[in-house]
Amino acid sequence: MSHILLEKTDHLSDTIFKYQKGKHVMATPSNLVLRSDLDFDAGKRETILDTWDRQIAEGQVNVRTNADVTAIAGSTGAFTLSLKDGSVIEAEAVVLAIGTQGNPNLLKLPGADLPHVQYQLDDPTEYVDEHITVIGSGDAGIENALGLAADEAQGNVVTILNRRADFARAKGANVKLLEEAEADGRIFVRRETSPIEVREGEIVLETRDGQETIPCHRIIARTGSQPPRAFIEQCGVEFASADRAAFPKLTPSFETTQPGIHVIGALAGYPLIKHCMNQGYDVIEFLDGNTELKPADEPILAEKFADLPGRRTVDEWLETFRSQVIILQELSPLQMRELMLDSTVHAYGRDEVIFSRNEPGSSMFAIAEGSVLVEVDPSDRSVTVPIGTGSIFGEVGLISGRKRGSTIRAAESTVAVEFSRLAALKLLATAPSANRAVNRISIERQVLQIFGSGLTPEDIAELVEAAEVVKVPAGEVVIEEGADDKDIYIVRVGSMVVEKDLGGKPVFLSYLPAGSYFGEMAVIDGSKRSASVRAAIKSEVIRFPGEAFNALLDAKPDIRDRALTDMAARREINDFVESRKASFGGAVDMYSQTAQFLVDNGLGEATDVLLIDEKLCVGCDNCEKACADSHDGLSRLDREAGRTYAHLHVPTSCRHCEHPHCMADCPPNAIRRGPDGEVVIDETCIGCGNCQRNCPYGVIRMDAKPPTKPGLLNWLLFGAGPGPGEASYAWRKNKAAEAGETAKLAIKCDMCSGIEGGPACVRACPTGAAIRVSPERFLSVARLEEGVD
Amino acid sequence: MATLSPRDRDAGYAEIEQRRSASHESFLAHRAYFWARVAGFASLFVIITYLLVDVEPRHNGGSWYGYTLGTIGAGLIVWLAWLGIRKRRPTPGSWSLKAWTSAHVYLGLSLVIVGTLHTGFQLGWNVHTLAWVLMMLVIISGAYGITVYASLPQRLSENRREMTREQMIESLATIDKQLEAAAQPLTREDADMVIAALEQDVFASGIRARFAGAGRSDATRRALEHISTGRAYDDDPDDLAQRKVRALLGKRAAQIDQIRRQMQTKALLEIWLYIHVPLTIALLAALTAHIVSVFYYW
Ligand SMILES: Cc1cc2nc3c(=O)[nH]c(=O)nc-3n(C[C@H](O)[C@H](O)[C@H](O)COP(=O)(O)OP(=O)(O)OC[C@H]3O[C@@H](n4cnc5c(N)ncnc54)[C@H](O)[C@@H]3O)c2cc1C
Ligand code: HEM
Ligand code: SF4
Ligand code: SF4
Repeated sequence: MSHILLEKTDHLSDTIFKYQKGKHVMATPSNLVLRSDLDFDAGKRETILDTWDRQIAEGQVNVRTNADVTAIAGSTGAFTLSLKDGSVIEAEAVVLAIGTQGNPNLLKLPGADLPHVQYQLDDPTEYVDEHITVIGSGDAGIENALGLAADEAQGNVVTILNRRADFARAKGANVKLLEEAEADGRIFVRRETSPIEVREGEIVLETRDGQETIPCHRIIARTGSQPPRAFIEQCGVEFASADRAAFPKLTPSFETTQPGIHVIGALAGYPLIKHCMNQGYDVIEFLDGNTELKPADEPILAEKFADLPGRRTVDEWLETFRSQVIILQELSPLQMRELMLDSTVHAYGRDEVIFSRNEPGSSMFAIAEGSVLVEVDPSDRSVTVPIGTGSIFGEVGLISGRKRGSTIRAAESTVAVEFSRLAALKLLATAPSANRAVNRISIERQVLQIFGSGLTPEDIAELVEAAEVVKVPAGEVVIEEGADDKDIYIVRVGSMVVEKDLGGKPVFLSYLPAGSYFGEMAVIDGSKRSASVRAAIKSEVIRFPGEAFNALLDAKPDIRDRALTDMAARREINDFVESRKASFGGAVDMYSQTAQFLVDNGLGEATDVLLIDEKLCVGCDNCEKACADSHDGLSRLDREAGRTYAHLHVPTSCRHCEHPHCMADCPPNAIRRGPDGEVVIDETCIGCGNCQRNCPYGVIRMDAKPPTKPGLLNWLLFGAGPGPGEASYAWRKNKAAEAGETAKLAIKCDMCSGIEGGPACVRACPTGAAIRVSPERFLSVARLEEGVD
Repeated sequence: MATLSPRDRDAGYAEIEQRRSASHESFLAHRAYFWARVAGFASLFVIITYLLVDVEPRHNGGSWYGYTLGTIGAGLIVWLAWLGIRKRRPTPGSWSLKAWTSAHVYLGLSLVIVGTLHTGFQLGWNVHTLAWVLMMLVIISGAYGITVYASLPQRLSENRREMTREQMIESLATIDKQLEAAAQPLTREDADMVIAALEQDVFASGIRARFAGAGRSDATRRALEHISTGRAYDDDPDDLAQRKVRALLGKRAAQIDQIRRQMQTKALLEIWLYIHVPLTIALLAALTAHIVSVFYYW
């Protein structure tokens, strides 16, 4: 086939080229066969790149490097591709495999095209005795500056420019290192300063006190990058939705909405190298007219569907799901395939339980055939509400990140699709109509769940119609004490804290996890707001107008009774805190401040946190040792690090967030919720480090599993090996050199999943200082009683 | 799980919750002083029976009553010593070291009664009494242990001010680097004092150093005194440099104090284990000798 491979840089596979030197590249998923003619197996970055370069040369691929495509015009059969150097290439068809890296934001100032301006720093030790200016105040810029100034012997004079006064966009740890380097005089930090002109050997700066010119031999600009979306849209390709996470719309042969232009690889939503390579193979086969070719994932899907009744083919099942399930109807066959790869299918017999109340789970289900029953009354199994074919369930767990609210069982023989949390979120982000449908259903169900049995969807139709989902940033007040608005709210995502102003200070009254409602007092008795409610973390609430809610209460006296009982209980707590405040003011302040401290340290989005009571901790580190010894010899907990308030210490250890930030960007989807609600990383991790960067609490470490140590008795009696706990870095390194290196993978607390007896850290603490808590139980007034007695 | 009824599954999840979360209670108060009560009643029971049971000619280790107490005591000692293994073996199972320590402390204390009444107060210069003395020493060191476990952690926490050990050492290194640069413009004599401070190994190891604690006089404090005593606070450039050094020396002294206080508190929390554990091993040896000799001379 007549072809040309255009590459922007001077080497192929730039993303992999940029991995850190010697990185162990993983070849997941292992059950997928490699179709491509190039070889690929897990191994060192260098080996893989060398193999590819050799095989590309042998296969006589027509490669042109330093060919940055800036525009694609024309239509199928007659495209013209313009390159940055001005040349033009004609093609009948185009395959875009440009990844998701995008282009670095370029400096827009006079002299920005001089050769000493660069947008990447591969090896900071390369430069000596230079005046180097780093532009950009994010993590990348700071890390580069620190790298350049790390070794004083290099003699570089490093300056970093920040347009603003603070480094708000960077991680705390990086800012701290930078400030230290500044205090030592190793780096010059210029705040509220922007570059205005680049010249040979110097740079002109605009500072608060006017213009200044400093010597400068090299400029490293790290001002973020532009995702490739805009470029692709200019080629006439449509994306599935406006959402940032959306991918281009594709046919089963990877063709976009612009006929003749194809998209594959990370850009198409398949970030794993093996997928990328297979799609490269497939797309060329399709272009070559081989329309019979089945996608490489066909056997995986066939295996998934094997246990379903009716011996249908993969395509038939995909079509069944798409046509039956309402939220899947807009999807293309390719999207269906992708979705199903991240999903599971189940066939349930009549009366079989699908999930039960309080079971952790954040997946969403859709009914392809049959129907299910929801047990709405925990005390009576026979009170149920049916959900029919085509509809969904489990969406509350997905949205709120909390445990299942009720038990669901099959009403008849039922086939259901279970979308993993990630697959479901991707679906909602890319299919707007699915998103709307799920939103409506979830609001309706949440109301039914909270106000219990006896209600039908018809009873609340009006209320649901009037509902509105409101996003609330962390710390923002939803209800202000003393105000006389009359809306009622349900916490949909995140959590809230309720506070009352007592003696000029906000006093913490209670914590409201997702799934609770608030604001009912003012609606029911028409009073002013008696306390303020604000978001503990970034949250979403559903707002219902007070009148609509009142109308419901008028129609349903049962509901009014329930609401009144809840209200009385809440009043009681408020009164209790208030009375304590009068007699034990100090204790209440302490309780309030401790609650605020814990919320600030992630308890507000946690499901289960390790806390250390430093009034009891003797510093023996037995918790860390036990952690290491029950997990491949590496501790997932740093006891000393972390914040402390009033002797309550939050060590660096996973909070098992309701909506784990770490899950956001994991190429193999290796992070999931385990059977007991714990967030775990499984063995498909490829060690890319994304999760480590995404976790706001710094609890994930990247490390290689060390070889096993000699046993405890051997150590006790003969002093063999390093003893209990994590072996020193030197020991691990030495042993690894003997036993052969293993890949550095992401590790974190898994709450001792699968270990009978539960978390080893807590069990191994001799004094009872280490405790694990969930926010609802810990942020309750019970603590106040404890503290005062 | 599939075979369980839904109701059981509900209960199962509640149980998981229960199991996972240790209640917020210290080892001494564990389960509302359960082991204190057990040990107290057991001791009381032993004292009463000791007074009621009539052994001829008088209470001693060799009577049936003495044997009973001896067997219980020896069993207890072996079990108490097993804590050293339990602590280092994070095996699966629903044990908690807190519960073990709680039982260890109170049952260990009850040994005072059990062990002593076992002897029938027949002490002398022999291997039998050696075992009793060692036992008492282990118990006394244990008693010291729980007093420090109860009183010192708070001090450790307050002194730490959220810093980890590495951060304290790093912070000292940072101050040192700044001092080195700041001392450049000083006079020869002053600079020598600063260099002496920097060169002194502040944590010269050794047991004495670990216990010495904060506020000790050392090269840093001497340099601080030297540079600050009787100096005028003029605004000349010389004095500005001195002021900077003075401030840094003050910071350095405070940082050293924090580290020393940390080392001292940790040492106080650990030192007794260096008596408790070796004496336990000696006790186990003496106990074996005691038992062997008793049966040998029977
Ligand atoms: C640190 C890290 C570790 C990872 N580890 C693994 C792993 O172990 N295993 C695994 O399976 N996956 C891993 N991944 C994911 C994987 O590397 C990427 O998803 C994959 O390389 C994407 O391949 P691609 O061909 O779609 O895009 P890319 O590899 O990004 O290739 C795109 C190429 O197109 C070029 N280009 C871009 N724009 C233009 C243009 N306008 N004109 C001309 N050329 C252009 C680029 O220079 C680049 O060479 C990792 C990712 C990261 C960041
Ligand atoms: C003869 C009786 C006793 C024996 C043989 C004994 C033995 C031991 C042993 C072997 C350890 C393990 C130490 C380690 O490995 O770090 C230990 C720890 C301990 N003992 Fe005892 N002990 C006895 C009595 C007591 C008593 C009476 C007390 C308290 C009053 C006590 C308090 C403790 C404490 C607090 C620990 C520390 C637990 C920890 O930090 O893990 N012991 N003891
Ligand atoms: S690793 Fe971080 S983001 Fe992920 S669940 Fe734990 S604390 Fe949350
Ligand atoms: S677990 Fe973390 S390091 Fe591993 S693949 Fe996922 S995001 Fe990357």
